[in-house]
Amino acid sequence: MATHNHHNRVIHAMFDDDHRLLDAAKVLVAQGIRIKEVYSPFPIHGIDPVIGVKRTRLAVVSFMFGAAGLSLALLGMWYFMIYDWPMNIGGKPSFSLMENLPAFIPVAFEFTVFCAAHGMALTYMLRNGTLPGMQAVNPDPRTTDDKFVMEITDADNQDLNADDLNTMLKNAGAIEINQKDLAR
Amino acid sequence: MHKEAAIRQALILGDKSYHDITVDVVGPIENKAPTAWYVLITIAGLIALWGLGCITYLISTGIGVWGLNKTVGWAWDITNFVWWVGIGHAGTLISAVLLLFRQKWRMAINRSAEAMTIFAVMMAALFPGIHMGRIWVAYWVLPLPNTFGSLWVNFNSPLLWDVFAISTYFSVSLVFWYIGLIPDFATIRDRMSKPLAKKIYGFLSFGWSGKAKNWTRFEEVSLVLAGLATPLVFSVHSIVSMDFATSVIPGWHTTIFPPYFVSGAVFSGFAMVLTLLLIMRKVMKLENYITIKHVEYMNIVIIVTGSIVGVAYLTELFISWYSGVEYESYAFINRFSGPYMWSYFAMMTCNVISPQLLWFKKIRTSLTATFILSIVVNIGMWFERFVIIVTSLHRDYVPSSWSMFYPTWVDVGIFVGTIGIFFTLFLLFARFFPVLALNELKTILKVSGEKYKNEDHH
Repeated sequence: MATHNHHNRVIHAMFDDDHRLLDAAKVLVAQGIRIKEVYSPFPIHGIDPVIGVKRTRLAVVSFMFGAAGLSLALLGMWYFMIYDWPMNIGGKPSFSLMENLPAFIPVAFEFTVFCAAHGMALTYMLRNGTLPGMQAVNPDPRTTDDKFVMEITDADNQDLNADDLNTMLKNAGAIEINQKDLAR
Repeated sequence: MHKEAAIRQALILGDKSYHDITVDVVGPIENKAPTAWYVLITIAGLIALWGLGCITYLISTGIGVWGLNKTVGWAWDITNFVWWVGIGHAGTLISAVLLLFRQKWRMAINRSAEAMTIFAVMMAALFPGIHMGRIWVAYWVLPLPNTFGSLWVNFNSPLLWDVFAISTYFSVSLVFWYIGLIPDFATIRDRMSKPLAKKIYGFLSFGWSGKAKNWTRFEEVSLVLAGLATPLVFSVHSIVSMDFATSVIPGWHTTIFPPYFVSGAVFSGFAMVLTLLLIMRKVMKLENYITIKHVEYMNIVIIVTGSIVGVAYLTELFISWYSGVEYESYAFINRFSGPYMWSYFAMMTCNVISPQLLWFKKIRTSLTATFILSIVVNIGMWFERFVIIVTSLHRDYVPSSWSMFYPTWVDVGIFVGTIGIFFTLFLLFARFFPVLALNELKTILKVSGEKYKNEDHH
C-alpha cells in the first residue's frame, strides 16, 4: 500500500490482559486504525472480527480429505476383494461391493478418519507456517507467557500520527509501547 | 466475558496469574530433576531392558517360548494387547469427548492422559507384532502388491480391521497431542536461557508465534479433531472386541461385546490416569491444578463405566443360560466353577464390587483410597481379558484337547517389561514435556480460577 508519510514504523503495543487488549483494539479500529497482527499466549476470544481475521476453512478441508479417504477406501476394497482376487472365505463369497459392504464399513470408517485428520493437520501446519525448522516471529518472548501484543504499521495506515496513537494506546491500558523505524 | 455459575467449584486453586501458570508448569523442566525421578527412571529403565531382552529372545527363538499350546493359542499376549489398548482409551476420551461436552476440568489432565494413551497404544501394538512370530514380515498386514499373485489381505477379517483401527487411533492421537503441544513448546522456547535447550524446544515448537489467525485455526483444528476422534475412540475398542465377537467360540460370540469392551476400556483408562496423576501432582507440586475435584470427577466416570461393565458381566452370564445353547452355558459355568474360577472372582471383585465404594463421597475424594482403587481396577481389567480369552479357549468342543495355560518366564518377562517401557516413556515425558496444557489452562483462569471466582461474588 502506498503511504504518504516518510516513516516506515512498526509499533508494538503490549498489554498484560487479554480483555484490555480486546477493548483497546475496538477503540483503535473505531478510529480507523488498522491492526496488523495480535500475538498472544492463548486465543483471545472475539478478537478475530475486530482485527479482520476471517473464519478459517480448515473444517471444509477436513471434510474434503475425509470424502477422498472414504472414496479411496471403498475403491481399494472393491478392487482387492471383488475385482482383482475374489475369495470365498468361510462360505462368504465376494459378490459385489454393495452386497459385501457391511464387512467393509470398519475399514472405510477408519480410513475416512485417517485421511480427514491427517489431511487437515497437514494443511493446518502448512497454512500456519508452523513446520519443523521454522523460526518464530513473535516480537517479544513474553507473548508466549502472559503478555499480549498488537502490531500496527505505517504500511497499513496512511498518515499515522504517532503521538495520538501513543496516547490512545496508553489510555487503553498499554503497559509498554515499542517503536521500530524500518529502513524504507 | 463468559461467566460460570457460583456453585461450580474452582478448577485452578490459589492466587494464580497467567505468569504463575507458566512458571508452575515450565519450572520443573528448567530445574534439576528431583532424586526421586532418577530413582524411578532407573527402576523403570531396568525393567524395560529386561522386557526388551525377553522380546529379543522371543523373536530370535520363536513363540514356542511362550506357554501357548494347541488349544490355547491366545493367552497373555492378547490379554496384554487388549489391556494396553483399553488403557489407551482415556487420553483421547478426555481430550476429545470432554472437549465436545465443554468440560473445563479436562484441561488440567488432558496432556498427560494423551501422553499415557500414546505410550499405552505403543505397548499394545507391540503384542500382535511379536505374536506374528516373524515380525520382519509385519508389513504383510498392509494391502501391498506382492509376488503371490497379488494376494491381498482379507478385508472381511476383524484382525485386519484392527490393523486399520489401531494405526489410525495411534497416529491421530499423536497428531492431536502434538498440535496441542506446539504452543506450549513455544512458551518453553521463549523462557529457556540455555542455548541447546532453547534450540531443541525452538525446533519442537515449529516456529509457533501465537498470531491471532494461528489461534483461530488452532481452535478450529482442535474442535474438528475432537469430533473425528470421538467416534474413533468408540470404534477402536469395538473393533478390538470384534476380534473375539465375530469368531464362533462360546464365550466370545456375543453381540454385547463392543459396548462392553468400550466401557471397560474407559474404566481401565481412567484408573491408569488416576494412578499416574496422583503421583505426578504430588511429585511435581501440581495440587493447585489437578485438584480433589478433578479426582472426584474421574472417580465418577469410573463408577459409571465400572457399573456398565458389571451389568455387562451379569448380562452375558444370564444370556448364556437363557440362550439354551449348551456350549455357551458351559463356557460360563466353566468360568465361575472351572479351574480358572480364581481369575473370574478376581475380576468380579476388582471390577464390579470395589468401584462401588466410590459412591461414598469420603472415599472418592480421598487420594489414598483412590490410588489403591485405581490399581485394583487395573488388576481387575487385566483379569477380565485373561478370563475372556483363556477360559473360552482352554476347554473347546473336543474334551480330549482340553488343556490349561501356564505362563512361562518369557510371558511374564514381556508383560512386566512393557510396564517398564511404559513408565520409562512416561517419566521422560514428565521430565521434558509440559505436563499440563498450560496455555489452554490460561483461557479458563478467569472463569474457573479460585481468585477470580471469589472476586466475582463478594
